[in-house]
Amino acid sequence: MKLLAGILKELAGLFVDDGMLALAIVGVIGLAAIVVRFVHDGTGGIVLVAGVLFALFANLMAVTR
Amino acid sequence: MTWTAAASAAVLAAFLSSLVEAVEALTIVLSVATVRGWKPAGLGALAGVATLALIVLLLGPFLDLVPLHALQLTIGVLLLLFGMRWLRKAILRAAGLIPLHDETAIFAANTAALRQHTQRLDWLAGLASYKAMLLEGLEVVFIVIAVGAGRGLLVPASIGAAAACALVAAVGLVVHRPLARVPENALKFTVGVMLSAFGLFWTGEGLGVSWPGADLVILAFAVLLVLVAALAVPILRRAPQVSS
Repeated sequence: MKLLAGILKELAGLFVDDGMLALAIVGVIGLAAIVVRFVHDGTGGIVLVAGVLFALFANLMAVTR
Repeated sequence: MTWTAAASAAVLAAFLSSLVEAVEALTIVLSVATVRGWKPAGLGALAGVATLALIVLLLGPFLDLVPLHALQLTIGVLLLLFGMRWLRKAILRAAGLIPLHDETAIFAANTAALRQHTQRLDWLAGLASYKAMLLEGLEVVFIVIAVGAGRGLLVPASIGAAAACALVAAVGLVVHRPLARVPENALKFTVGVMLSAFGLFWTGEGLGVSWPGADLVILAFAVLLVLVAALAVPILRRAPQVSS
C-alpha cells in the first residue's frame, strides 16, 4: 500500500513540480477553450500560446522574488 | 509536414526524452547492483519491465476507443505540464539557481541508503530496482503515447524510445557506472522545448484550433519557447540563489 501510494505520488510529480505553474497552465487552457468556443478558434490559439509562454516567464521571474 | 518528416521528429523526440529516463533508471539499478549484487537488481528491473508490458498490453487497446479530440486534448495537456516542468527546471539549472542533476551524487546517495539496510533482505534492493524501472518506464510509455498517438506515429516513437533504452542499457552494462557524462541539462532543455511545443499543438488541436501551417507550427512554438528561455536565463543569473 505504501509502495502504491509512493508510486502514485511520484506519478503526479511527473506532471506537477511547481503547483503555481501547473495551475496557471490549466487556467490558460480553460480560457483558451472559452475563447475557441465563443469567439474564434484562431484567437483561442493565440490566447493558448501567449498565455502559456507568459505563465512560464512569470513563474521563472517569481523565483527571484 | 510529410509523414517521413513527422516520423523522424517523433523518433528524435522519443529517443531524447527516453534517454534521460533510461539514464535515471540505470543509475538506481546500478546502485542496487553495487550494494546487493546483480541478482536482486536484475530481478527487480525485469519485474518492472514485465509490469510495464502488462500495463501496455492491458490499456493499449483502449487508446483506439477514445475519441480523437479527447485524446488530443488529454495528451496535449499532460504533455504541456510534463514538458514545461522539465523546461522550467532546465532554465533554473542553466541560470545556476538550482544545482545540476548529478548522476554520480545520486548513485552515491542511493548506495549509501541501501547500505544502511544491511540487515534487510535482498527484496528491499529488488524493490528499489523495480520501482525505478516501473516509474521511469511509465514516463517512457507516456512519452511514446504523447508523441505518437492520434496520428499514426506510435511505431516510430516506440522505435526511438526502444533505441534510447537499449543504448543506455548497453553502455551501462559495459561501464558499470552511472552515466554522469550525459549532458542531462542540455538534453532536458531540448526535450522540455520539444514536449512543450508538441503539447501546445495537441492542446490546440483538441480544443478545435486550426493551426496555420498544420504540423509545421510546432517548430514556431519551439522557437518561441527557446526565446522565452533565452530571455529568462540572463535575468535569472543576476538573481540570488534559491532552493526550489
